[in-house]
Amino acid sequence: MIKAVLVMNTQGKPRLAKFYEFQPVEQQQEAIRNVFSVLCTRPEHVSNFVDAESFFGPDSRLVYKHFATLYFVFIFDSSENELAMLDLIQVFVETLDKCFRNVCELDIVFNYSKMHTILDEIILGGQVLETSSTEVMRAIEEIARLDAASNAINLVPKSVSGWRSR
Amino acid sequence: MEQLKTLGRELAMGSHGQSKEFLDLIKSIGEARSKAEEDRIVLREIETLKRRINDADTPKRKMKEYIIRLLYVEMLGHDASFGYIHAVKMTHDDALLLKRTGYLAVTLFLSDDHDLIILIVNTIQKDLASDNYLVVCAALNAVCRLINEETIPAVLPRVVDLLNHSKDAVRKKAVMALHRFYQKSPSSVSHLLSNFRKRLCDNDPGVMGASLCPLFNLVSDDANSYKDLVVSFVNILKQVAEHRLPKTYDYHQMPAPFIQIKMLKILALLGSGDKQASGHMYTVLGDIIRKSDSMTNIGNAVLYECICCVASIYPNSKLLEAAADVIAKFLKSDSHNLKYMGIDALGRLIKLSPHIAEQHQLAVIDCLEDPDDSLKRKTFELLYKMTKSSNVEVIVDRMIDYMISISDDHYKTYIASRCVELAEQFAPSNHWFIQTMNKVFEHAGDLVNIKVADNLMRLIAEGFGEDDDAADSQLRSSAVESYLRIIGEPKLPSVFLQLICWVLGEYGTADGKYSASYISGKLCDIAEAYSNDENVKAYAISALMKIYAFEVAARRKVDILPECQSLIEDLLASNSTDLQQRAYELQALIGLGAEAVETIMPRDASCEDIEVDKNLSFLNEYVQQSLERGARSYIPEDERTGMGNMNNFRSQDHNESLQHGLRFEAYEVPKAPMQPKAAPVSFASSSDIVPVPEALSSRETHHISSVGSISEAGSSELKLRLDGVQKKWGRPTYSSSASSASDSYSTSQKPTNGATQVDGATAVNSKVRDSYDSRKTQVDITPEKQKLAASLFGGSTKPEKRSSTSHKVPKSNAADGAQGSKAAVVPNEVAVEKTIHQPPPPDLLDLGESAVTTAPSSVDPFQQLEGLYDPSISSGIADNVGATTNATDIMGLYSESTGSGSYSIPVSGNNANLLSELSNAPVKATSGETITTPLPQSIKGPNAKDSLDKDALVRQMGVNPSSQNPNLFSDLLG
Repeated sequence: MIKAVLVMNTQGKPRLAKFYEFQPVEQQQEAIRNVFSVLCTRPEHVSNFVDAESFFGPDSRLVYKHFATLYFVFIFDSSENELAMLDLIQVFVETLDKCFRNVCELDIVFNYSKMHTILDEIILGGQVLETSSTEVMRAIEEIARLDAASNAINLVPKSVSGWRSR
Repeated sequence: MEQLKTLGRELAMGSHGQSKEFLDLIKSIGEARSKAEEDRIVLREIETLKRRINDADTPKRKMKEYIIRLLYVEMLGHDASFGYIHAVKMTHDDALLLKRTGYLAVTLFLSDDHDLIILIVNTIQKDLASDNYLVVCAALNAVCRLINEETIPAVLPRVVDLLNHSKDAVRKKAVMALHRFYQKSPSSVSHLLSNFRKRLCDNDPGVMGASLCPLFNLVSDDANSYKDLVVSFVNILKQVAEHRLPKTYDYHQMPAPFIQIKMLKILALLGSGDKQASGHMYTVLGDIIRKSDSMTNIGNAVLYECICCVASIYPNSKLLEAAADVIAKFLKSDSHNLKYMGIDALGRLIKLSPHIAEQHQLAVIDCLEDPDDSLKRKTFELLYKMTKSSNVEVIVDRMIDYMISISDDHYKTYIASRCVELAEQFAPSNHWFIQTMNKVFEHAGDLVNIKVADNLMRLIAEGFGEDDDAADSQLRSSAVESYLRIIGEPKLPSVFLQLICWVLGEYGTADGKYSASYISGKLCDIAEAYSNDENVKAYAISALMKIYAFEVAARRKVDILPECQSLIEDLLASNSTDLQQRAYELQALIGLGAEAVETIMPRDASCEDIEVDKNLSFLNEYVQQSLERGARSYIPEDERTGMGNMNNFRSQDHNESLQHGLRFEAYEVPKAPMQPKAAPVSFASSSDIVPVPEALSSRETHHISSVGSISEAGSSELKLRLDGVQKKWGRPTYSSSASSASDSYSTSQKPTNGATQVDGATAVNSKVRDSYDSRKTQVDITPEKQKLAASLFGGSTKPEKRSSTSHKVPKSNAADGAQGSKAAVVPNEVAVEKTIHQPPPPDLLDLGESAVTTAPSSVDPFQQLEGLYDPSISSGIADNVGATTNATDIMGLYSESTGSGSYSIPVSGNNANLLSELSNAPVKATSGETITTPLPQSIKGPNAKDSLDKDALVRQMGVNPSSQNPNLFSDLLG
């Protein structure tokens, strides 16, 4: 099962942290710090796998991928396949990219809750739920549509006023 | 137009509820130059949020933003607990958006045993029954995270109902939720496990895929009850691999690879050690290995999983060959990831066919020297698995070198224990073993289990065996010499110093090479250099005592060096009673005559048995006297009342308070007066008790104190009832005294078993010679790497001839090594464990010769088929390129406008397009997107076989089968 999903930037600032087993805030912070300290010392063009047993307990592996200013990190146990997890990161990023059209770090910061929504469509309770970014996008759009419908009254004036001010 | 786009982007951000304030917060955090500054900003934010959230007038939509800001604050490591209750409240809201935010917040904030959960369970129950499936999904999400063992019953019925929901998204999540329940408390859902089997034949392949996760767990817990599913799994896997799933399940042209991987994992478990079950899998495994596309990452993931499966199930020579070919491909690849997987796979396969490593020896060595740490560690893992007595030296040396070079304590401990394990198991000679252990101790001493030090001391003390005293003393003097050399090094670990002191004390002067004063000077140096380590000092002073005792016994004059004298004086006044006692003993011992010293401290007697008179019969006379003088007779422990277990003070306390808080009987009157002092004093010095076996142990002083306390106990009647009290200061009295004395000697007490030792020693000897000879013939290859390869793999780069010899050698060596180590290297129990750890190689090596011939080069229809993929791949890349150029355009606009915008973007360098990083990976073919809705079910035959037949028929008739065949899985299980 997947134990945690972390997104952090190259300065070590967490951008998204999701732990599938509850961990107190301090431990989360420590885990993030530890992961970052390992990742930033890894040279380029080496494998994407890191042994994570020293900070996530026995039977933990870590797969990361470095995109622009961000590290995407998945921590999981032996019931998952490393290469497949690497592709799952790919799925996640592809979905983000579709969702935000050329995703960048800013999108991730500002759309914190949407990130979680997307992640929840891909991974549920630590298990891989969906691996097709098209499917994920469809689910997300459906949620967004309902959100918009329930929110319409509030939204319209704001966007209109925003429009006029330009 | 351009402006409109950026405008739209900003609007989109704004529409998610983030106000200017939030942007400002992020901006200022991004600009913070230090952690302290960041903390200040965040604390200020927390204050603001606290104020606003607790304001009753805050509109709900604002509230949502505040909650998200709270999440953000907590992610940065600050306490946001004041807002938890508001997140809980938000889950009660009717608006989906707010409800989702509420659920998101509580799943991130709360642990499953948090007090607030009880307030959410009711909402979850309600939401699970909602008509809006998105609400249900949100609730299921929360269920996975928040429901614990106690609350499972509250939601279980609803979740089970959802297994039959009309939306596949809901069914999928319900399966996952149920799986989660199983993980948290298997008993709570034990009656529902059949549901997972049912979902395996769900019409929607996604749900089927989801059900594989719980089934994997179930099978790994108890494979036997799921053997009946083997055929179904194989059928499904076959259909998946044959592209029978809807195109939407393709990923990089692979049909549902994640499902394949899970399936292969399950099959590996089911087929493990089961010939019949494995038989069903061979064909499909072979097919997948042949068909999988090794150009994509995910294709390799499937291939790797196939290898794992092949290695786990009952072996099949063809498949092993195919797997070996795949491994070769992995190892030859430039990608570090593939090398990593290849090394891992090699480690799995090597148990079944040890010869396959030989083809890859150079690749393995390359990996060992790779700058990538992960790869290196994986390679050590592999080497650990292929260690035998012929290559143990090279491997352990490498491991130690690596151990010295890293600073990660966790891994250092790990690899040190690996070194010790290998050295104990395969050591070619005791001398090598000692040298290796020295290195391990020197560099990772504090991380090594203390038992290892005991083992090493035992080895040095026991030596090869009884018949070869010369070799033993040679071993000891070489150990002494190496230690004298090492103690010059700064900052040695405590355990290692203790070991050094012990060896120097026992054997420092044994061969007459070093004078007593030289050794004692060295010991003093150690005690001084590590003066704040009491254990080391204790070992050092005991060692000094031994040195002096041997001198006295040899009728030489003892001249105590001035620094030793001052050390002893220091310790006489030490705060530690243990050190004090040792110092006093040393003083007393030096004053004794040669004869007495010889009996107390015989030379080289650490292996002798110490006979312990458990009945303490030598005290009979004293007891008799005391009784005559009016002391009460001893009441055995179990007959006493009011006394719990004496051995365990805590539990005794506990018992007492439980059984009777107060004693109501009056204290008994003493029967006769007695002189309280005389008796204990007479027992205080060890020289008074002269039973020979006991005297041996006066080196350490435990038994003396216990004897003393016994006498005290016997005479204690007058003063107080000391039954319970005395325990606080003394050692355990009554029955436990003898055993405590013997405990402290357990290291040297084991009876030596002459027969096995002789065997072991000769075995080791002959084996050592064997392996040395065989290696000598191979060493003359010049390049460094080939040499390394030769020593690692026991053969040169031409494996054919050697492979057969190296088959036999390790087999016999392994047996020998185990035996040898049993007798000479490790304490018996450990050795037995080791031998069990090392099962004899299975008898499937018949294919040894055949495996050398490489893969069949016959024309493969699937390879031809692969050509068909190419256009789509290239088009995918073209797409991708288009996308990236397009993308950078937009980004350019974006950055332009931000320059002119009202706020600047805090995060530096983030404008680089993420997608451009993706360009290596083939982008998913766009063609797949057109067919997304699964076709309606039905139409197909009632069972899988029928549908397969039909499908075959359709193919024969030249009609291209539509990609959807969702009903294929149903009814597989009746």
